[in-house]
Amino acid sequence: MNPAYLLRAENISKSFPGVKALDNVQLHVEKGKVHAVMGENGAGKSTLMKILIGIYTPDSGQIIYKGQPIAFNSVHDALKAGFSMIHQELLPFPELSVAENIFMGKEPTTAIPGWINRKKRNKDAQLLVDQLGLQINVTRRMKNLSIAEMQMVEIAKALSNKAELIIMDEPTSAISDRETAVLFDMIRDLKQQGIAIIYISHKMDEILRIADTISVMRDGKYIATHPVDSISKEGLISLIVGRELNTIFEKRNIVPGEVALSVKGLTGAKFSDIGFSVRSSEILGIAGLMGAGRTEIVNAIFGLDRIYKGTIAVKGKPVTIRSPKDAIRYGIGLITEDRKSTGLVLSGTVKHNITLAALKSCCKGPFIEMQKERSIAELQIQRFAIKTPSANKVVNFLSGGNQQKIVLAKVLLNDPDIIILDEPTRGIDIGAKAEIYRLMNGLAAKGKAIIMISSELPEILGMSDRIIVVHNGCIKAEFTGAEATQEKIMQYAMM
Amino acid sequence: MEIISIDPISFNHSKMNLAKIKSSSGYLSKYGIFIAFIVICIMLSIATPYFFTAQNIIIVLRQVSINGILAIGVTFVIIAGGIDLSLGSVLAATGVVAASFAHPGTYALVVPVMLGILTGVIIGAINGLTITLGKVAPFIVTLGMMTIARGLALVWSDGRPVTNLSPAFNYIGGGDLLHIPVPILLFVLVIIVSAVILNYTRIGRYIYAVGGNENAARASGIRVSGVKLFAYIMCSGLAGLAGIVLASRITTGQPNAGIAYELDAIAAVVIGGTSLLGGRGSIAGTVIGVLIIGVINNGLDLLNVTSYYQQIIKGIIIIGAVLLDRKNTQ
Repeated sequence: MNPAYLLRAENISKSFPGVKALDNVQLHVEKGKVHAVMGENGAGKSTLMKILIGIYTPDSGQIIYKGQPIAFNSVHDALKAGFSMIHQELLPFPELSVAENIFMGKEPTTAIPGWINRKKRNKDAQLLVDQLGLQINVTRRMKNLSIAEMQMVEIAKALSNKAELIIMDEPTSAISDRETAVLFDMIRDLKQQGIAIIYISHKMDEILRIADTISVMRDGKYIATHPVDSISKEGLISLIVGRELNTIFEKRNIVPGEVALSVKGLTGAKFSDIGFSVRSSEILGIAGLMGAGRTEIVNAIFGLDRIYKGTIAVKGKPVTIRSPKDAIRYGIGLITEDRKSTGLVLSGTVKHNITLAALKSCCKGPFIEMQKERSIAELQIQRFAIKTPSANKVVNFLSGGNQQKIVLAKVLLNDPDIIILDEPTRGIDIGAKAEIYRLMNGLAAKGKAIIMISSELPEILGMSDRIIVVHNGCIKAEFTGAEATQEKIMQYAMM
Repeated sequence: MEIISIDPISFNHSKMNLAKIKSSSGYLSKYGIFIAFIVICIMLSIATPYFFTAQNIIIVLRQVSINGILAIGVTFVIIAGGIDLSLGSVLAATGVVAASFAHPGTYALVVPVMLGILTGVIIGAINGLTITLGKVAPFIVTLGMMTIARGLALVWSDGRPVTNLSPAFNYIGGGDLLHIPVPILLFVLVIIVSAVILNYTRIGRYIYAVGGNENAARASGIRVSGVKLFAYIMCSGLAGLAGIVLASRITTGQPNAGIAYELDAIAAVVIGGTSLLGGRGSIAGTVIGVLIIGVINNGLDLLNVTSYYQQIIKGIIIIGAVLLDRKNTQ
């Protein structure tokens, strides 16, 4: 073992209901170095970081810090030990001053207990900010700062905690190139002071510029660690995506039919000039990183978000979709991205969720025909192999995979011709994934047009007949299933 | 050796027993509030024999019928994820409107009744539209409406009680039908109709869905605004009915009537296990909640407990019921 390691995380495993998030993962971080952690969405990076700073406790494995095994029970413990994390989504107190933000929870006091020494606080804060070479008056309100400045303040806050290890999660995702250069200068200074930095990012070029060491994770597993000068960009991409294609995908031989859905010039709040079409019996994959605008595009098509400009045509006929009700009437079904927030009524029963979008078909006038509703629900439970003790079970108590199948059962009960699935296998286990893939293939075989958004490249490649890559709210590339590779997609998705 | 060998049949059997125990504890949590009600009744019967007489039971039921109708109305709103604080004022406004059309020898009975309920429906529609179209929090909208409706009641009646009402109108609150007071019959009718709407109709199911997860309901093609509007109209419409019953019972349209009645109604709903977060609750629960408040008021009266202590006890019961419910759902 190299004694120079500031932090060693060994054999860390962590499971959540229905999914193994981390499987025997390791991470060795040196003092005064920038250690980049890379991997696709869902590779387990953020789970590992949350374990390091005490938000989660690992199921097994140990963390050794300065040669001592440690176990944090809370973020507070981690802070005291010298761990700080700069989250991707900053969490400042916008109405308070910069100085108040920096010293939140550890304000210097006067002789009277509980009385804040404002003068000392502002002086110390200004000193910290000046040391970082920032031109920020610490009495300014946090909300008046730019995102880059807020990030710098977070770093100042970490330093005020005497941090020896700073975790930065996608720090450049919301700042400009010029600001990134300033951030990198600051990171180099921090290195000089002996501070270790764990740097999480999708941006290949930045990582190659700033990192000393790179660790790669995939599907909750540790893959490899390399010094930055011993690995090429291409080598890194192939480590991130993995070489072998998953074997759970079946090959289909279907000739696509007529165009079922086409959009042209679609522009909304988070996307612009989107144009694509999908034929019946075809599976169209939409690839891209989280936050690229993929979800917003399909939500707009389904009438959940507003469209500023552009046209939607179903089976060649232009349609106006103002609400999901309209979309459902035109034969569109959407399996939303987040089953808990937009897919299910968690306090409702399995039966009530399954029939919710098609309740009219179980009704005579305004009245629900209970017998009919129950038999329809039972049929869907069987068809989708939903494991539940009864149709009257509250869905909150079921596993992620079963919950996802309930969402599918609900949406497909309307028998839509155009089926949109947004991250249909996120957070569910491999068995349930395979079942959902089989189901999608079956639907395509029946002549349904399918659009699938996914951040998992093997899934995109394994399932899609055609793939479009979205970045920054625009379509950057289109491939046929045959010509697409993980490397090509990543190239356009990450830029 | 015999102890550790696992016979598959008895193993299955023990599993089944386990399942039974689990479901019986579910039974307990589901009917816990009902059991609590029975226990309270038994205790009061022992403490004061008069409590469990037909005469007293009728008195209790007649007393609770107005709060009962209000509570059932607000159950719709609370299950849909909202709240209505304007009930007491709506009760007064609809009461004076109805009373002002109920003087002897003026209009047929149907006129004041329909106008009273219509007043409630209009107020409910204004509440619902402001909440859905204006996107203002229900708490704020109905708090504002609480004052507005009270002001309307005072303006309409010129601040004076509306008296001299026709015998037909007074029959609604004071009369008997087949020896049962009319308010009780109306309460029962409201219970039945409301339970049917919530359990057996599409709009009822949508109310649960909207309260449980508005986004999922929208993504399922439900017109969320329409569902909320229905709940608020139902709530204020029933408050209109309650206003008529009250005006008839006190033979006066009283613009100052019903102050803080909304709190008793909401308390009954909460005691009955309806979640203030929405998506969960039942008419049966609300009815039990109404009855619990009713028998406690009545029982403590019979026991000569002063109204000061009654308030303390009622408050403890509200909090206790929610604590009990919290324990059961966790």
